[in-house]
Amino acid sequence: MTGILVLEQALNGLQFGLMLFLLAAGLTLVFGIMDMINLAHGSLYMVGAYLIATCAAASGSFWIGLAAGIAATAVIGVLLEVTVLRRLYQRDHLSQVLGTFAILLMANEAVRMVWGSQPVPLNPPASLAGPVELLPGFSYPAYRLFIIGVGLAVALLLYLLVTRTRVGMQVRAGASNREMALAMGANVRGLFTALFALGAALCAVAGGMLGPLLAVQVGMGESILILAFVVIVIGGIGSIRGALLGALLVGVVDTAGRTLVPMLFGRLMGPEAASSAGPAVASILIYVLMAAVLFWKPKGLFPTH
Amino acid sequence: MSKPPAPLRLAVVATAALCLAATAQAADKVKIGLLSTLSGPGAGLGVDIRDAFQLAVKQNGGKLGGLPAELIVADDQQSPDAAKQTADRMVKRDKVDFMTGIVFSNVMLAVGQPVFQSKTFYISANAGPSQLAGAQCNPYFFSASYQNDNQHEAAGQTAQDKGARKVALLAPNYPAGKDALAGFKRYFKGEVALEMYTPLSQLDYGAELSKMRASGADAVYIFLPGGLGVNFIKQFVGTGLSKDMTLYGPGFSADEDVIRAVGEPMLGMFNTSQWAHDLDNAANKRFVADFQKEYGRLPTLYASQGYDAARLIDAAVRDVKGNLADKQGLRRALKAAKFDSVRGPFRFGPNQFPIQDYYLRVITKDSQGRITNRTVAPIFKNHGDAYASECKMPA
Repeated sequence: MTGILVLEQALNGLQFGLMLFLLAAGLTLVFGIMDMINLAHGSLYMVGAYLIATCAAASGSFWIGLAAGIAATAVIGVLLEVTVLRRLYQRDHLSQVLGTFAILLMANEAVRMVWGSQPVPLNPPASLAGPVELLPGFSYPAYRLFIIGVGLAVALLLYLLVTRTRVGMQVRAGASNREMALAMGANVRGLFTALFALGAALCAVAGGMLGPLLAVQVGMGESILILAFVVIVIGGIGSIRGALLGALLVGVVDTAGRTLVPMLFGRLMGPEAASSAGPAVASILIYVLMAAVLFWKPKGLFPTH
Repeated sequence: MSKPPAPLRLAVVATAALCLAATAQAADKVKIGLLSTLSGPGAGLGVDIRDAFQLAVKQNGGKLGGLPAELIVADDQQSPDAAKQTADRMVKRDKVDFMTGIVFSNVMLAVGQPVFQSKTFYISANAGPSQLAGAQCNPYFFSASYQNDNQHEAAGQTAQDKGARKVALLAPNYPAGKDALAGFKRYFKGEVALEMYTPLSQLDYGAELSKMRASGADAVYIFLPGGLGVNFIKQFVGTGLSKDMTLYGPGFSADEDVIRAVGEPMLGMFNTSQWAHDLDNAANKRFVADFQKEYGRLPTLYASQGYDAARLIDAAVRDVKGNLADKQGLRRALKAAKFDSVRGPFRFGPNQFPIQDYYLRVITKDSQGRITNRTVAPIFKNHGDAYASECKMPA
């Protein structure tokens, strides 16, 4: 029985970690290469989830909704970059934080105006709604397996894109030394816009995947953005590899912590005290992890600079 | 100091006299602050309370107790801090006569003291935390809903009667979650294999579901209101646990809002409530029919509580003949609860919490093919709460 518990929790951690990776990948590239702190990244995740839910409801198909929503979010990302964010690259971090925080607030209110303040329903496709028997006596939700598959596929594609293509080379060059990449003639403007579109599309993928498990609602971007920042700080800013490792670490530690800490506390103290202290300690575990990583590796696990 | 000129003195005296006169006379309107959760995963609950309250006012021709009713609606964002600020504004600036609407007990406990200190009556249309039923009971707090433990006590009795042996419990980590599981355990005598509390903001129950599987329980009891319950039940069915474990819930986790979102997988689920839309009494028939006509959906138990809160205020204001300044008289009138509750017999205990019946409901398809609740049988008759003895209510 414990073997199955560990396996199931590992899968849950993997699933959560891969979704965090989708968000963190875009964030870390923008932060690392453009040297831009984008607090509105979570808003793209929210807008993506809303667009997918709306398109899915309108077309009656989760898949059409997913494709249309991702494309639309990428377009919104490009528009945002070209009209507003481009002007913030040369500014200091404080201006960027203020500017993108304003976008975040406006996005929340805009979504509230368009879709209302109640959550919008988004269901997984019927074919994935049930369980799949992985081992005799152990079934796992098909939808979560699907999310793991999507996450792994995206991670692989990103890896190939960054390590095997010309664009990827420029991205890596930009991450390690922006001025030098500029001097060597990389088309930085085009690259930035493309990166931003990619980041927005990844946000929408995460929004569409997590929407049915969580809730498509105003403010959904903020809570997950904090985790995405934890991930990129752990992984090392600008590093895709770091983002993947950081995301998996955070996903597994968070999921395992929610199981193990209350169990441990239950052994040490009475159930009443454990029930209040356990969840509280479990929820700070990833921040303890971040502090520990920063203590020994102040630039994260895979520093790019 | 020289005396003010005569006309001014006269004016002051006249104003003072008018003020005194006003206290003995009927107010010209009754102001109600409806502070509820209208955004986020708990929004459906607050919306139903608001809609039903407004329906009751509308049925009365826009009046409560013969006075024109002015309803001030605000969203508490399910945040105790935001709620406290808004409640402060309602009490001090808007000078409301009654407050109602709060869904979540942590919000209720934050708002309670400032509202009571201003001598504003709070009529709860949902939250009934044990603190306010016991040691912190207050003359200005009336629960038109239940005490938090109650539905769960009935559910514990149900699980016991249906022969559950080993049960896994799950509730959010906030005052009502603690009350819920305390209530369940008060009447369930079997083994509790697992007792879990999750943050009120948590919507993914993957980790909890795997612990439930590992615990070897044959029954699961959840108290997860609104969107939380919707997510849990979908994920519970998704993991395939529904084949091995029987799911029990309070009415909160199996009401029309959850059924609308989850659908078929909920068929056969037993749950408990002090109200059901098929209860056979005249007030309830009118309420359910009018609510459906007005809003095009079946009411939830939250709606029934919002409706009763409005009608309790209506009865009390009528009984004091609109003299809202007479707080003692108003309190006596509220305590008497002279209205026909949609849940049938209803009266207040010494701590101003209800003494009422609790029913077992099951989710089935009705004659029109709708998936909805059907009342099976009463579980408790004239049931009060476990905290009344701790309450030293001032006379």
